[in-house]
Amino acid sequence: MTKLLEIHDLHVYYGQKEALKGVDLSFDEGGITALIGPSGSSKSTYLRTLNRMNDLIPDVTITGTIKFRGQDIYAPQTDLVTLRKEIGMVFQQPNPFPFSIYDNVIFGLKLAGEKDHERLDQVVETSLKQAAVWDEVKDHLHESALSLSGGQQQRVCIARVLAVSPQIILLDEPTSALDPISSSQIEATLLKLRTDYTIITVTHNLQQASRISDRTAFFMDGEVIEVDDTKKIFMNPAHKQTEDYISGRFG
Amino acid sequence: MNPKLSNRVAITVLYVIASTIVVILAALLGYIIISGLPALSWHFLTSPARAFTSGGGIGIQLFNSFYLLILTMLISFPIALGAGIYLNEYAKQNWVTSLVRTAIEILSSLPSVVVGLFGFLIFVVQFGFGFSILSGAFALTFFNLPLLTRSIEEALAAVPDEQREGGLALGLSKWETVLHIIVPAALPTILTGVILSAGRIFGEAAALIFTAGQSAPALNFTDWNPFNIASPLNPMRPAETLAVHIWKINSEGIMPDAKAISSGSSAVLVISVLAFNLLARFVGHRLFKRLTAG
Repeated sequence: MTKLLEIHDLHVYYGQKEALKGVDLSFDEGGITALIGPSGSSKSTYLRTLNRMNDLIPDVTITGTIKFRGQDIYAPQTDLVTLRKEIGMVFQQPNPFPFSIYDNVIFGLKLAGEKDHERLDQVVETSLKQAAVWDEVKDHLHESALSLSGGQQQRVCIARVLAVSPQIILLDEPTSALDPISSSQIEATLLKLRTDYTIITVTHNLQQASRISDRTAFFMDGEVIEVDDTKKIFMNPAHKQTEDYISGRFG
Repeated sequence: MNPKLSNRVAITVLYVIASTIVVILAALLGYIIISGLPALSWHFLTSPARAFTSGGGIGIQLFNSFYLLILTMLISFPIALGAGIYLNEYAKQNWVTSLVRTAIEILSSLPSVVVGLFGFLIFVVQFGFGFSILSGAFALTFFNLPLLTRSIEEALAAVPDEQREGGLALGLSKWETVLHIIVPAALPTILTGVILSAGRIFGEAAALIFTAGQSAPALNFTDWNPFNIASPLNPMRPAETLAVHIWKINSEGIMPDAKAISSGSSAVLVISVLAFNLLARFVGHRLFKRLTAG
């Protein structure tokens, strides 16, 4: 069986500096994978390589293969628009556009040429419901998304990604800029989404990783030290370094 | 001197400096407006100027000022927007970019009378536009471009990078991100810059004396065909603006009420520029609120 996302021998260099040193870490369909590890362990670099957000950085060199449904995403004929529609991304800092909530959610669809108002209305409702923010915003969909709280903004950003129906959702520390209550709402949202989407999230919060993820990968110094079921990683890690990190002895 | 005392001295000095500036501004504005106010009337604002007799107005000059302003903006805004987008979104940090930036800085520090003489040689003489609104608008474009470019560039730079990433992560190309997200997000600040520079253009005289000319031929305000010479919209007619009119009356005005007309024109000019400034604040603030708070 082919994996949904297959990564083999991935190296990333920033100039001369090797940030990722040969990573093999693949993903099946569904579930949440948490990427943990100390700061500077290149987990974000890894995440951003999966939807080619690293392309923009000057002096970056990427070698190895990343196959999405068997297709090499770094092949020259890859259409970035389609790729990023399939592999959506949510960032650390909530970044709604300075438009209305409604316009934020339909942004991707509208740009793809969707004009049918009924369909757009419907997508807005489903996406916001999936992102668990519908009840809070349904009465002011046409107000600016910037007027929402940080947690609500982040869930609108998740809805914006869901609206283009991706296969995979990448999250780069999605709750680290939020207060604990908003964080737990985001976590609940992600748990609801885990059956329909493949979710890969970078987090510095080990409790969060253990609460929501099915699988955990431990990164250190640009390498994946260990990847396994979350329970196994937290209860009975195979590597000393993983155990040290999880028990808070460094990092 | 102990720290407490020196702190108090420093604050006092700063207060004095700040209030001196405010007092100077208030005195200047007060003098201009109070001495000009008696001359202001509907007749003054709408009727044409008279060269030898009293009772003339500034109607044509006022119209010319606004028309020239609009034309200048129509020419300079697209160029400045393009330059600003290029400099902030696309330009790499290399010698070409720093050359462009230096060129913009030099252009913005050119004295406006030099810009006017240059415009005279190029547009009036070389291109054969004559003393015309078009020559004036091009000269003012030179004068306006550097500051407008700079303010648009700064407005774009103030949009956080997260917005750019958000656009790209949705699969937008870089150009689509700029067009559909960054420029709209920067719009309130851009608009403020545009209105502020409009105030500067409105009050500019030196660059226009040799380009838009110093005469205000009679206009027929019922003729809106831009190809007719008497039409207000004709861009090829000479057009004395309000600021040039003030300069001219004071240097060679021979009408009996020259003093009153000059004071009245100055008041109108100052009030217009003030209005531009207030409008800039108001519109920018309103737009920002609409975008952020709904």
